[in-house]
Amino acid sequence: MKKQVITSRDVHLFYGDFEALTGIDLAFNEHEITAMIGPSGCGKSTYLRILNRMNDLIPNVKITGDIELEGKNIYAPDTDVVQLRKQVGMVFQQPNPFPFSIYDNVVYGLRLAGIKDRAQLDEAAETSLKAAAIWDEVKDKLHESALSLSGGQQQRVCIARVLAVRPEVILMDEPTSALDPISSTQIENMLLELRSQYTIILVTHNMHQASRISDKTAFFLQGRVVEFDDTKKMFLNPKEKETEDYLNGRFG
Amino acid sequence: MDAKQKDKLATGILYAIAGIIVLLLASLLGYILIQGLPHVSWHFLTSPAKAFEAGGGIGIQLFNSVYLLVLSMLISVPIALGAGIYLAEYAKANWITDVVRTAIEILSSLPSVVVGLFGFLVFVLQFNFGFSILSGALALTMFNLPLLTRNVEDSLRQVSFAQREAGLALGLSRWETVIHVVIPESLPGIITGMILGAGRVFGEAAALIYTAGQSAPALNFSDWNPFDIASPLNPIRPAETLAVHIWKINSEGIQPDAAAVSAGASAVLILAVLLFNILARFLGNRLYRKMTAES
Repeated sequence: MKKQVITSRDVHLFYGDFEALTGIDLAFNEHEITAMIGPSGCGKSTYLRILNRMNDLIPNVKITGDIELEGKNIYAPDTDVVQLRKQVGMVFQQPNPFPFSIYDNVVYGLRLAGIKDRAQLDEAAETSLKAAAIWDEVKDKLHESALSLSGGQQQRVCIARVLAVRPEVILMDEPTSALDPISSTQIENMLLELRSQYTIILVTHNMHQASRISDKTAFFLQGRVVEFDDTKKMFLNPKEKETEDYLNGRFG
Repeated sequence: MDAKQKDKLATGILYAIAGIIVLLLASLLGYILIQGLPHVSWHFLTSPAKAFEAGGGIGIQLFNSVYLLVLSMLISVPIALGAGIYLAEYAKANWITDVVRTAIEILSSLPSVVVGLFGFLVFVLQFNFGFSILSGALALTMFNLPLLTRNVEDSLRQVSFAQREAGLALGLSRWETVIHVVIPESLPGIITGMILGAGRVFGEAAALIYTAGQSAPALNFSDWNPFDIASPLNPIRPAETLAVHIWKINSEGIQPDAAAVSAGASAVLILAVLLFNILARFLGNRLYRKMTAES
């Protein structure tokens, strides 16, 4: 059995009085891609943002339950949130590169962590950009603004930026929904490459994307997990009626 | 009238309005420059003013204006940055923040002459700074701070939330995100606000009449010890600025060439503000490019 990197038990989330998540139990295996699918507003993105505490930024949010990263409760009072986010990186729906050069975007996290050695930064930039499958496209213009790139390229630079700080887990919130099909395919292929080194948790609107690249899939509906299983099993032979209806496009 | 014609009409009206504004501005600038520039000479720019005879210059007033500007910006910019960052990034949405915001709004709409009288009562009399550059700089800070703070806050707010999320998700602390992501991105906006503030400070007269004073004692430009009374850098000496000088000549000047001096001084004032704008904009762009590493 594979090692579980993140486990969550009975996770509830309230926006004020509204209960957006009603008791989520999930576990994420090391070096697997887990997809979370479901209709809009089902709570899959909300749940994703619990895992690196991005919901802390939103006022009036209350979270109960137990979420552990390698056996440590990440909502314990003594948790270093900054350190947590270095371990659990995140890629957003809209590419959000900083208005700096491509190179500076990628090494930004390292620089702020105090690494000044030019050779070390250069190497990290190259490794990360290669891992994010964009090195060949940008190697001759590393010092141009990242904003001059196309959306798909920007997204891969953002992924490289996350890879550079060497997280264990990468959260991805619909990373390809703002991109064209070719860019999406490039990113999907890259994720399959990254799987051997990282634990990837992916929220996607796109069922086909989930079926193509994920090892496991969780189906969210109205704030709960209806079904969580191996992707192949779930797509071929869903246990729940609701899952079957959703996969067949009968709602959502 | 169909949509196309309406569009043409609306565009035409907007062009006309913009044209009127440009025309107004150009004629005003042109008038002041054409009237004033013939009186401007090196001698005019460098010699001290004369109270009773013709041939006085504006050297000391010009220096005073610049020095006062630098001093008041040195005081107000750090405070405005701090207050603006707090309001945009840290302040919680509660009644205290509301009170602070309302106070800033009220302060920013105070007439400058009221700020001047307040400065007179507090800095000149109460703190015993006398009519001095220091009193003037503090009064100008009062006058300028609300708008600068507002500008910093607005510029920071223009940076999208996604940028902050990107910083935080990368494992930067909140402060690092503000300093290394949000501020560099909002720098052009902040700089523009500072320029506008500096222009206002440079041309301000009412707030200075009762604080920096209306006299310009002779200065010894070879003495740069700020503690000597004749030193240009002494912050405790009275210092009539260019704008105050223009006001004074026009209200009570008895020099035979008062009109010429006033016209020349106005032209210099406008040129200085213009030059300052261009320079600051240039520096702002350079700084932005440097901070965002688009080298």
